[in-house]
Amino acid sequence: MSEPVLIGSGMTGGYGAADILHDCTIAVEKGRISVIVGPNGAGKSTAMKAVFGMLPLRQGAVRLDGHDITGLSPQDRVAQGMAFVPQTRNIFPSMTVEENLEMGAFLRRDDIAGTMEEVYHLFPILAEKRHQPTGELSGGQRQQVAVGRALMTRPRILMLDEPTAGVSPIVMDELFDRIIEVARTGISILMVEQNARQALEIADTGYVLVQGRNAYTGSGAELLADPEVRRSFLGG
Amino acid sequence: MEPLNALVAFSNFVVIPATAYGAQLALGALGVTLIYGILRFSNFAHGDTMAFGAMGTILATWALQAAGVSLGPLPTALLALPVGIAACAVLLLLTDKLVYKFYRARKVSPVLLVIVSMGVMFVYNGLVRFVIGVDDQNFDDGARYLIGAIQFRQMTGLDEGLAIRTSQAITVVTAVVTVAILFWFLNHTRTGKSMRAFSDNEDLALLSGISPDRVVRVTWLIVAALATIAGVLYGLDKSFKPFTYFQLLLPVFAAAIVGGLGSPIGAIAGGFVIAFSEVTLTYAFKKVANYLLPESLEIDGLAQLLATDYKFAVSFAILVIVLLFRPTGLFRGKSA
Amino acid sequence: MNPSLRTPLLFLAVAALIVLVGVLQSWNVALGILNMGLVSAIMALGVNMQWGYAGLFNVGVMGFVALGGLAAVIVSMPPVDAAWAAGGARVMAAMAVGAATIAGAIFLWKRLGRRSGRGLIVAAVLAIGFVVYRWLLGPAVDAIESVDPAATGYLGGLGLPIVLAWPIGGVLAAGAAWIVGKTALGLRSDYLAIATLGIAEIIIAVLKNEDWLSRGVKNVIGLPRPVPYEVDLQNSEAFVTRMSDWGFDPVTASTITVKLAYAGLFVLVLIVLLWLAQAALASPWGRMMRAIRDNETAAEAMGKDVTRRHLQVFILGSALCGLAGAMMTTLDGQLVPTTYQPLRFTFLIWVMVIVGGSGNNFGAVLGGILIWFLWVEVEPLGRWVMDNVTANLDDGILKQRLIDSAAHMRLLTMGVLMLVVLRFAPRGLIPER
Repeated sequence: MSEPVLIGSGMTGGYGAADILHDCTIAVEKGRISVIVGPNGAGKSTAMKAVFGMLPLRQGAVRLDGHDITGLSPQDRVAQGMAFVPQTRNIFPSMTVEENLEMGAFLRRDDIAGTMEEVYHLFPILAEKRHQPTGELSGGQRQQVAVGRALMTRPRILMLDEPTAGVSPIVMDELFDRIIEVARTGISILMVEQNARQALEIADTGYVLVQGRNAYTGSGAELLADPEVRRSFLGG
Repeated sequence: MEPLNALVAFSNFVVIPATAYGAQLALGALGVTLIYGILRFSNFAHGDTMAFGAMGTILATWALQAAGVSLGPLPTALLALPVGIAACAVLLLLTDKLVYKFYRARKVSPVLLVIVSMGVMFVYNGLVRFVIGVDDQNFDDGARYLIGAIQFRQMTGLDEGLAIRTSQAITVVTAVVTVAILFWFLNHTRTGKSMRAFSDNEDLALLSGISPDRVVRVTWLIVAALATIAGVLYGLDKSFKPFTYFQLLLPVFAAAIVGGLGSPIGAIAGGFVIAFSEVTLTYAFKKVANYLLPESLEIDGLAQLLATDYKFAVSFAILVIVLLFRPTGLFRGKSA
Repeated sequence: MNPSLRTPLLFLAVAALIVLVGVLQSWNVALGILNMGLVSAIMALGVNMQWGYAGLFNVGVMGFVALGGLAAVIVSMPPVDAAWAAGGARVMAAMAVGAATIAGAIFLWKRLGRRSGRGLIVAAVLAIGFVVYRWLLGPAVDAIESVDPAATGYLGGLGLPIVLAWPIGGVLAAGAAWIVGKTALGLRSDYLAIATLGIAEIIIAVLKNEDWLSRGVKNVIGLPRPVPYEVDLQNSEAFVTRMSDWGFDPVTASTITVKLAYAGLFVLVLIVLLWLAQAALASPWGRMMRAIRDNETAAEAMGKDVTRRHLQVFILGSALCGLAGAMMTTLDGQLVPTTYQPLRFTFLIWVMVIVGGSGNNFGAVLGGILIWFLWVEVEPLGRWVMDNVTANLDDGILKQRLIDSAAHMRLLTMGVLMLVVLRFAPRGLIPER
């Protein structure tokens, strides 16, 4: 198997004295969807933040296209083609949809109109509301803005921290469909999800974390079929 | 004719002065609200920043006057304004580098920054007194009136005169131009939008590649311009005295809070709310009332709700009412 | 340095500074600094309670201090009977109407609940109350102020011993603090700051404008003293003989004696207050205060009524400022409303607390005396520096300018000192334990 686009391997570290992650490995391949699931407090979001450079690592490395980026700041990683959608506070509420997208493309000096059209194509509702402040939108629409903003940098890797938190099941299905669409354009997706079953259904690779360690790893279908995983994490 | 005279008197003594004062407060409050939105603290040194910018302008005005430069009917200070803004900008950027940057990197709580700004206030206050002294400085050398009271009476045949001072007209025109430029900048330029983004959500702004240092720098530059313009307009309209600028802190903050801290449009609305309330409540309505009332009912008293010295009480009362009933201000600022 | 030694050593150093002034300048100046330093220490103690114990940001110290000054006038000056006869009753009636209007409005506001038209009804009550208040007050004020305006023109006071004004000044300030606290506590910390800034300006405006109460800008002078007058001492044969026996000039000795008497009184008050403040800090109440300050959310989650505790400490701290204000006016022997400047009476106290060490009562006291010393001494020092700097300059505008500007050095010095301490020793000279 060729080297994945992005891999955080053997990551160990935490915010203070105690480590949260222990020898944890997360990878995503080009155009594929990787999903991190696990019980509350398993370190799912922490693992993603570690990959994005928001957590100091004591051991392990993060490689992007084979290059070691462990020492880069999150901002530098954005410039290298990674995009991150935080779980909360992931939009500029007083700014319009269009301005949010523009801010997403802040680092770009070329014409962003094409990318913006692509985002509007992906999320047609945003095109309708392009001149409305995002603070006035519904929860699902805000998540679309957040994903759209991240896509504006034309990233190779899109990282989503619980994108469906707090949205209705219908909106969630819709959002997952869009994420699959994004992956089809060749963008790799790394996603942390609370709704493990639905997430694994669309996952090419799934990582089940328990207490900061890799507990189970496999394709989404494998994990869904694994009786152990089903019993422990998917509620039977 | 009587109602017309009453209207003219009301305009002359309330509407025109309050409009000019409101514009000055609005510019001051815009500075406060920008600092609050971007740097996230209430800057107690703002009144003295205004004094410093005005002082720079006055010094440049004197230099221009000595060189024989004049704008004719307009005050020379308008020509000197860029110098004042530049001096103020240098001071603010230097302060940021020497003082605020350290605390920003440490992400200290906003209240500590407020205390730090108190120290800065002392320093600015001392600097201004050191350079220009504590006395009144009148630096308005333009024509005094756009429309004089006598001229107005002759024109209209009314008993009551209406005077518009040049400084008042200049205040309003300058304020409108300044605010228009500011809003255009914030809404239509890349840098301006990045400032709004930073104010909205600092972490996400960082993730989007917006440079915090640049945003902070631009903010100080804009604040320098706003504070200097506000200070100079106030000085032209009234007079320049360092201590009164320090006292402007209360109405300026009241305006920013009433409008909603962090909201530029709120700062402008707040400025006019405070100014009109202050002037209306401390104006003696005897004249206006006696034009309107039948002769038998004419009043002897001043019909003044509050003595002029209580104008602070007006800012304060409005502030308290807003804090009690709508703590985020009229325009929903970011303060919870 | 050993922390237990640090405090006494620092206090010794400040004492040495004052002694130095006594030796180099004069003992009169030295004791003057000491007395005002002691008063400032009490103010700093009050601000330290609010900021150091509880993290409350009060920038209205000036107002509370001025209320103390008003208390000194109201308690100690003799009543002006003619003024009372002219309009006393009517003024009192006006005050009663004013208070009743506000109380009634608040009562109605709460009682009417969310009923529609509540705002209008309350506004109407306030408007009617205001008109009645003004109708009562106006003529009474005119009558009072026309009673011998050059000498009195106000109601005067109660004619009681002035020392009584000290606790009463505290009570007045506490009352004002209660009103401010009720409205602004529980909101963001900056809002409390602005609210206190506002109330302070209003209190000063009242002192300047309500001549019937405080003679306004005509000032009240010649307040009675709790200590003997210099003239009386100089006329006392026993005093003159004793001082001559000890080899002192009786005139100098009399001023020193008076200042020492004040110092004795002030030290007594300071020690009692410091002892109380220390006891409060060590008590469960003080521990809870600091717990709230360090983590408000957690304290709230544990069921502590944070706003109520904040109100308590805010009132206590302001009361100390009022008490100190009354002491200061006693020391000055006069109430001059125009001398109340926020830089001097609010922000300087903050410099004292920050430099001394916020959260530490001894730090506040040390800061109070030390900063007052600097405030007084920076000016002559600045002049001395400027004289030396300009010694080689030709006489001219620049030289005159530099020498004149020395007077403004103190603000600059205080600001720089505060910034330096905040940056390099944020816990102050005597840090909180």
